[in-house]
Amino acid sequence: MKPLSRLLFFIAACGLWPLAWGAAPARETIVQAILAEDDARKVALLQQLAGQGDEAIAPLLGAWKADNLFLHDTGGTKVAVQLVGPKGENDAQDALRLDTGKPHVDATGKPLRLVASDLIAVEHNANLRRAMKAVLDLAEIAHPVAEKRRQAIHAIGFAQAADKIPALEARLKLETDAVVILALRESIALARLKDASDDVKLAALTELRELRTLSSYDLIQAATKTAERAGNARLVTAGRATLLAIDQHRSYVDFFGTLFRSASLGSILLVVALGLAITFGLMGVINMAHGEMIAIGAYTTYLTQAVFGAGLTIPCFGLSVGIPGMHLSGWAYQLYFVAAIPLSFLAAAVVGIGLERGIIQFLYRRPLESLLATWGVSLLFQQILRLTFGANNVQVSSPTYLSGNWTVGDIIFGWNRVFVIGFAILIVFGVWLVLTKTSLGLLIRAVMQNRQMASCMGVRTERVNMLTFGLGSGLAGLAGAFLSQIGNVGPSLGQSYIVDSFMTVVVGGVGNLFGTVISAFSIGGLDQILQQYLPSWAPGLAGFPLIGGFLQNLAQDSSVFGKILVLALIVLFLQWRPAGLFVTRSRSLD
Amino acid sequence: MSATHVRRLEVIAITVIAVLFIVVFPLLNATGLISNFTINLWGKYLCYALLAISVDLLWGYTGLLSLGQALFFALGGYMHGMYLMRMIGDLGQHKKPIPDFLVFLGWTELPAFWQPFANFPFALTMVFLVPGLIAYCFGRLAFRSRIKGVYFSILTQALTYGASLMFFRNNLLMGGNNGFTDFKFVLGFDLLSATTQRALYIVTAVTLLAVYLGCRWLSRTKFGLVQQAIRDGENRVLFSGYATANYKLFVFVLAAAIAAVGGALYVPQVGIINPSEMTPDKSLEAVVWCAVGGRGTLVGPIIGAISINALKSYATRAFPDLWLIMLGGLFVLIVLFLPGGIVSLPSRLSAAWKKFRATPPAPDATASPPAASAPASAKA
Repeated sequence: MKPLSRLLFFIAACGLWPLAWGAAPARETIVQAILAEDDARKVALLQQLAGQGDEAIAPLLGAWKADNLFLHDTGGTKVAVQLVGPKGENDAQDALRLDTGKPHVDATGKPLRLVASDLIAVEHNANLRRAMKAVLDLAEIAHPVAEKRRQAIHAIGFAQAADKIPALEARLKLETDAVVILALRESIALARLKDASDDVKLAALTELRELRTLSSYDLIQAATKTAERAGNARLVTAGRATLLAIDQHRSYVDFFGTLFRSASLGSILLVVALGLAITFGLMGVINMAHGEMIAIGAYTTYLTQAVFGAGLTIPCFGLSVGIPGMHLSGWAYQLYFVAAIPLSFLAAAVVGIGLERGIIQFLYRRPLESLLATWGVSLLFQQILRLTFGANNVQVSSPTYLSGNWTVGDIIFGWNRVFVIGFAILIVFGVWLVLTKTSLGLLIRAVMQNRQMASCMGVRTERVNMLTFGLGSGLAGLAGAFLSQIGNVGPSLGQSYIVDSFMTVVVGGVGNLFGTVISAFSIGGLDQILQQYLPSWAPGLAGFPLIGGFLQNLAQDSSVFGKILVLALIVLFLQWRPAGLFVTRSRSLD
Repeated sequence: MSATHVRRLEVIAITVIAVLFIVVFPLLNATGLISNFTINLWGKYLCYALLAISVDLLWGYTGLLSLGQALFFALGGYMHGMYLMRMIGDLGQHKKPIPDFLVFLGWTELPAFWQPFANFPFALTMVFLVPGLIAYCFGRLAFRSRIKGVYFSILTQALTYGASLMFFRNNLLMGGNNGFTDFKFVLGFDLLSATTQRALYIVTAVTLLAVYLGCRWLSRTKFGLVQQAIRDGENRVLFSGYATANYKLFVFVLAAAIAAVGGALYVPQVGIINPSEMTPDKSLEAVVWCAVGGRGTLVGPIIGAISINALKSYATRAFPDLWLIMLGGLFVLIVLFLPGGIVSLPSRLSAAWKKFRATPPAPDATASPPAASAPASAKA
């Protein structure tokens, strides 16, 4: 709005709502109400307080109701005071002037201490109390925190309290927060649905149709049903049109929400499976301890957080190891996550290299047995983590720059998830760079394609194996650092991802990073789509012969059933492409 | 020693052990020399031995590492459990004619698929049919597209994982998290009485013997030979004109049925079945028993299942925190240093002994420990 029109708006507002706008500050109004002679005037004055954002209102009215307000007669003029603080000599208490909130002073400027029994108590009756309650109820809609305001406003709107419409409208004039303004418009329109006049209702429906808020759906539906019963064709048409508009909006929100969640789940899968795509896909080693590498990354993040914060004491096989903390706070502390990213990569990579040197190097020609041995290692690691950090989940707090979210047209984008998507893209790009543009990458590819030939050409295959495994494990550690921002960090963290990540690699085609990317996003997308839309298909499933009821029952549990369906679809997919999406062609036959 | 001599020795050994387990132990239990707890525990071990044999039939004899055997074991258990749940009748905590957990979920009458399970022959058929059918469908799809090696392991793992997710839900109407428990009767006998438990133990031991003999016979037929040839070089068998997929499918279904019988016998003895029995970890544990005992033999898995579980019973009480570390470590060591398992120990030791004896008698020959020459014999 231009300044001029804003001014005009204010003037109009003053004209229409003189009581709410341009009225005396809340304290003055309360004093006036106390001093007013007749009840009607008192009630009218109290009602002016409704919707004002003054924080003094609630405690003062509370004190009034609790008989804590008094009139001090200072020779003709009555001063309204509140007695506060502990009772001293002769039960005297400090007195605060109601109109200013400052101590009540005598002529010399010395604070007065008054005794309750010497003063005239400010009385109240049922009428006044009712008025006060109404004011207090509405005080919430002027709460200084926008979110609290919105909640209070919505509570009024969903209760369709028509008597509170003036207060809401008054607030609408004052409000500046976009979200709250929306809530106010919605609530006013919802409350007007209860109005007696059809025109008002129609206007309200039009307003709701413009707003298209998902939350108003049920009430509009109820209003439409009432209109149907009353045979009011105009209202029914308008109601249905509004519902249709909201339905469209909802499917739009669902669609983009699902798309975002798909991308986010796909990224998580990708980050988790990328390390496996290297150890399993490129090296052919089934590392069942991959999940524990993820857990190691997550716990490294936890430790880094502890070092940046208050430090940590961990019991380690009977010994208590104290890790000193740097006791940072604010932004310096928040940066812990930035430090945790390379550290978790390193920690997992070191453990991975140890694992490769200690066990896996002896089992390259026995893939099934490397699966079993690494499962043993995974049990071992899990138990060690449990003994060191406890069986419960540990708290990894999200730094401020990763918490919070961003809402666009009812679609919620969590920062951490947006971050994971960006991070997944970065990592894939990084891995691609390492594999194709560095000499290490060249050696890795050479060894993976033909180990003996590479060895004959003078490549130190043992060393390349070690580094490749370290790279794969380090990527798992990175995944752990990011999972700590999304889910719980516990000793069995890795177990919940291991099956999914194997599936991702198998579907993508072993030995093909690009395939892993595609398969991660397809599996993530499929999972989210099924989760989103399965419940709506549930009634359709009931028609299935024999097991219809059973399927319908299961479809209610969309998250689990969706997951199972995805697994089933993967098995079927492998019928069509047994070696995954992208096959590394070879003429050799084992 | 001649071949027939060895054969006769084997028959004698099997007979002695079978009589010991099937006749002597129960008799000792009846006279009070072996406690009811011990006989019950051994009954459980023998059920596990059945599961281990099913793993070995696939892994040791056919080269298919299935991580889904715990699923078939648990499914067998669930099918029998449904019968046992129906046998509780209205003696449950809610005193209703339907199982307690259904009352809890707000059901007033039995869902249709629970109805026929009051009939024991039907439940018994289902013990075989449900795991068998799942194994058949899954195996057909997997073998048809020639999924093998680690891919097969990963897919079976996913199958188990998916199924366990499903069984953890209440909506499946199979007891959810808590599964089935509080059984009262089997075929009219009181499950809590020592006699019933002893009878169950005997049935388990006899079943194990029958499965053992059956598998032993199978492994010596032409079928068994093809099976082992598939393990050693599938493509060669395929090129020789054998439909390897069908062979593998048969073994997969057979192994599923054996695991299911193990599960069905396990449930009344342990008194509970819940979805944690069908997690991929349980399958892997069964693979550990098999590997520790010695895969590719039929005695190995039995020895492995019994010894590891006895160790577990002891260690989970003596050092509860360290048990998983011990199991994991043991497994790594076995895979690295004793691929043949416990069963291969005597032959390795005797080979080491022979080598030790064969070395020309040097003055310090007696001082060198036989263990030092063990790795050398392993390569030979």
